[in-house]
Formats: sequence, C-alpha cells, structure tokens
Amino acid sequence: MNKIKTIIRKEWAQVFKNRLVLSTVLFMPLLFTAIPLGMLYATRGASGENLTSDMPPQFASLCPKGLTGSECFQVYIVNQFMILFMMTPLIIPVNIAAYSVVGEKTTRSLEPLLATPITTAELLIGKNLAAAIPAVVATWAGFFLYVIGAWILLQSPRVVAALLDPMWWIAVFIVGPLLAILSVNFALMVSSRINEPRVAEQLSVVVILPLLGLFFGQIAGLFLINRQLISLFAMVIAALDALMVYLAIRLFQRETILTRWK
Amino acid sequence: MIQTQNLTKKFGDIVAVNQLNLEVHEGEVFGFLGPNGAGKTTTVRMLTSLIAPSDGTAVVNGYTIGKDDQKIRQTVGILTESPGVYDSLSAEYNLEIYANLYEVKDVHGQVEKYLQMLGLWERRQDEAGTFSKGMKQKLAIARALLHEPRILFLDEPTAGLDPEAAHLVRDFIEELRKEGRTIFLCTHNLDEADRLCDRIGVFKSHLLVVDTPANLRSQVFGRKVVFHLRQVNEGYIAALSSEPFVKEVRAVDNKLVVTLDEPESRNPGMIRLLVEAGAEIQFVGELRHSLEDVYLQLVKQD
Repeated sequence: MNKIKTIIRKEWAQVFKNRLVLSTVLFMPLLFTAIPLGMLYATRGASGENLTSDMPPQFASLCPKGLTGSECFQVYIVNQFMILFMMTPLIIPVNIAAYSVVGEKTTRSLEPLLATPITTAELLIGKNLAAAIPAVVATWAGFFLYVIGAWILLQSPRVVAALLDPMWWIAVFIVGPLLAILSVNFALMVSSRINEPRVAEQLSVVVILPLLGLFFGQIAGLFLINRQLISLFAMVIAALDALMVYLAIRLFQRETILTRWK
Repeated sequence: MIQTQNLTKKFGDIVAVNQLNLEVHEGEVFGFLGPNGAGKTTTVRMLTSLIAPSDGTAVVNGYTIGKDDQKIRQTVGILTESPGVYDSLSAEYNLEIYANLYEVKDVHGQVEKYLQMLGLWERRQDEAGTFSKGMKQKLAIARALLHEPRILFLDEPTAGLDPEAAHLVRDFIEELRKEGRTIFLCTHNLDEADRLCDRIGVFKSHLLVVDTPANLRSQVFGRKVVFHLRQVNEGYIAALSSEPFVKEVRAVDNKLVVTLDEPESRNPGMIRLLVEAGAEIQFVGELRHSLEDVYLQLVKQD
C-alpha cells in the first residue's frame, strides 16, 4: 500500500507542475458547471405553455407532474447539458495518464522505477488512482457547485427537484468514477505502446467519442437520457472497465516497454 | 555473488547474449567490457530481473532470476545507462520516492547520507532538471545506493561526464569497493576499467575472456621487459636468446625488448648476463600494453 501511495504522490507532484494538465483539471469542471448554470439563468424568464411543443414528445410525457410548461422546458434544456458532468471524468484522466507511462519513457525514468521491487499491479494501481482521483474529485466538486447554483438561481423547489433527478446522481457518483477508470486504463494501454506523449494523448481521446455520441444523440432528439438508459450505461461501462483493466495489465509488459524504447 | 549458467537472450532471431557463463565474487569490482550492441545492457537487465532470459539461468545474491525477481530487485542497486531522474522534482524528493519504493526504514537519514556523500546536500531542494549531467549522474548513483545493496550494477557510470565529474564518480566507486560491495561495472572507458576493476570480462554476445587486467595483458601480448642500454650489439641479443625461458628478443634503438614469463624471478639473472657480456644498463622496466590494446586485440581476434 505504501508503494501505491508513493506512486500517487509522485504522479501528482509531477503532473500538477504541468500547467496544461493543471489548467485542464481546474478549468474544465468550472466550464462544464458554468454551462448548465448559464442555461438555467438564461431560461429563468421563459414563459408560455406552448414551449413544450419544442420538446421531443417522449420528454413531454416524462415531464414531472406539477411543472408548468416553461418549468418543464427549463428542465429539458438543462438536462441536455448535464451530460457534461460525465465528460469531466473522461477528459481529465486522459491528460494525466497519457503522460504517465510515455512521460516516464521519454525521460528514461521508467527503467530505474521498474528496477525497484514494485509489482506491475502496484505501479498500475498507483498510476490509475493518481489519474482517476483528481478527475472524480473535480467532477464531484463541479456538481456540488451546480447544485448550490441551482438552489440560488431557481426559486421553484419543484424545478430544483426535477433537475436533481436521482438519474444525475447516479451519473455523477457512479458512472463518473466508472468512466474515469475506463479513461485511465485506455490511456495507460495506449501510452504503454506509444513513445510520444502527444500521440498517446490524441489516441486516448478516442475514449470520449461514445459519450459525445450520447450528447449529440440526445440534442438531436434521437433518444432521451433517462434512469434506465443511465443504469444500462453504468453496467456497460463497468463491463468495459473490467476489460480495460485486464488489457492494460496484459499490455504493460515490462520487457517490451524497456526493450522497444527508441 | 553472481553466477550465470548459459545465460541467453534472444530478441526474435537476434541473439543478444549467447550462453554467458560467468562468476563474480563477493567484494570485487568486475568490469564488463564490450563494443556497442554487444549485449552488456541486456545482461545487466537480466541480472537485475528487469527482463527475463530466453534460456539459461543466473543466481544473484543467492536468488535465482525468474523465480525470486522481487527479492533480486530488493537487494541489488542499479545505475541505468541514462540517469532517468525526475526533472521537475527536487533532488531530495527524487530520492525519497525511491527510498519508499525500496522500503528503506530511515528514509530521511538515508537520503541525507547519500546527498551529503555525493556533494548534493546544498542543492537538495533544487529541481533535478536544473542539475548538470554530472550532478544528475551522482543523484542516480545515490538512488541506487539508498537501500544499501551489497551488489551494484553500474552501466556506463562516467559516460558523457567531464573529466572532473568522472573523477569524482570513480573516487566514489573506489569508496564503495572499500566498503566491500560487489560492483558489476559496464564501461567503454578502458582506462577506468584498468584502474577500478579487479577482474575484467570482455564480451561480444558471448564472453571472450575473463581475468585480471595484468593477466589479460600477459595472455594477449606476453610479458615484456625492456633493457635500456648505452649501446646494443648482436652479442647481447645472442646471450639473452640462449636462455631457455626467453621467448623473444628484439632490438629497438638502444633497447632490448625481451618476452618471457615470470620476469620478477628471471630479471636478476638476465641483468647479470648482460653485464657479463659487457652491456651498460641504464634502466630496466616492464613494457605495459594499455588495456585498450588488449581489448582491441581480443575483439579483433573474435
């Protein structure tokens, strides 16, 4: 356990000296919190019963009872952007983890590290946690800011309750960490095989594409994110996580990494 | 301390290390010489359990590679070809990380000890990235010693260092030898190997020869004694050549170069012989070939 802690502390000490990574960790959650809050602010003054005619019919039918048409519209619009809270735990770890192994390769620090009695599992767990923890903490912090902002901006407790549907709590507190694990292991897997940090980072960004599909699919009205879909998504991501962890460990071959350095 | 048996490493069709049989004794400085690409680093990586052999086996500090890899990594120290320090972290934190990974009990004590010994204590808070190459190398040496390994693998410890820094590193290796540590030294610097090593192995995919530097000279070139005379004449050459232990006598200017075994016991008799033949001897000395000559001869022969 001490070795894992040592790796985490080392990674953080290095990573947070990198301005690009630090700004990503700080700026992205703030931006992704500001967007739904901005939408809330912008739709505060919306009024009129016919606003619901602009929404997909499946949402209108799901619109919580007791909400006026404008309140329902507000919930609908803000829900479009709630998916951003699932982007944060995907993007931040990519930035951290892509540098994790490749960075060690380029600075030639991986060989002395692998020469210590650390096991591959300890090393990868350390690197995983070092990349995932900041992402999850930043996501949760952003979400709490959003909750506080929603209470301040909205006068209607019914709208606040609708916006803070348990679906989004599942998304942020369960799917978020699962996505962070997926992202970290994908980035570690890529960076174990690549020699250039930027290439590793660019390849690792591929992991964001399915979530972007979800985001734009919902905006286009192709489907609607609901509790069932989020639960299903959580299960799929959990299965993918297991696969990614397995692949990351399999692909992290000490010998291959050391002898293929160029 | 280190024993290998037919240790072999292949990368696809390329045989990097071919059936290496070697024994390194406790407390000795063993020089491992060979041209670039000879497989020296691959050998070190196998002996430090960084990579697995394709065939054969080795026992390091009583542990078998492939079976006791964690224990081997715990008990040996390695200075890799490149220092590989964390540039954005302070020298002190660089060492603290490794002290924790090696499960050193007194982390701060050990870090301070080696930073002091290697003259880096005053710069301990500075980022390693601001260090010169020599300072980084010293930091990497400190890192390899934090857990007090009895066996130390040093891969090109003075490569790329200026003469002053290289001198400091060599002095430090001498200190480590005095502490009784076993040192496996890979180097291209033959003068360094000559000065530091008790025994030398010349390697080019396979082991060409292992012996002390003096014996290697003698094996390759034979031992030669040079007699500086006021004047050389054929009579002196004939007198020396008549001795059964003399293998060869050559005249070079006013010198006679005599090849023979055991000059320590033969020299007084030869001096007497020359004096009786009328020679005026000015100096007597041994002709020492450089280790570079020996090395080049061995590698060329292969």
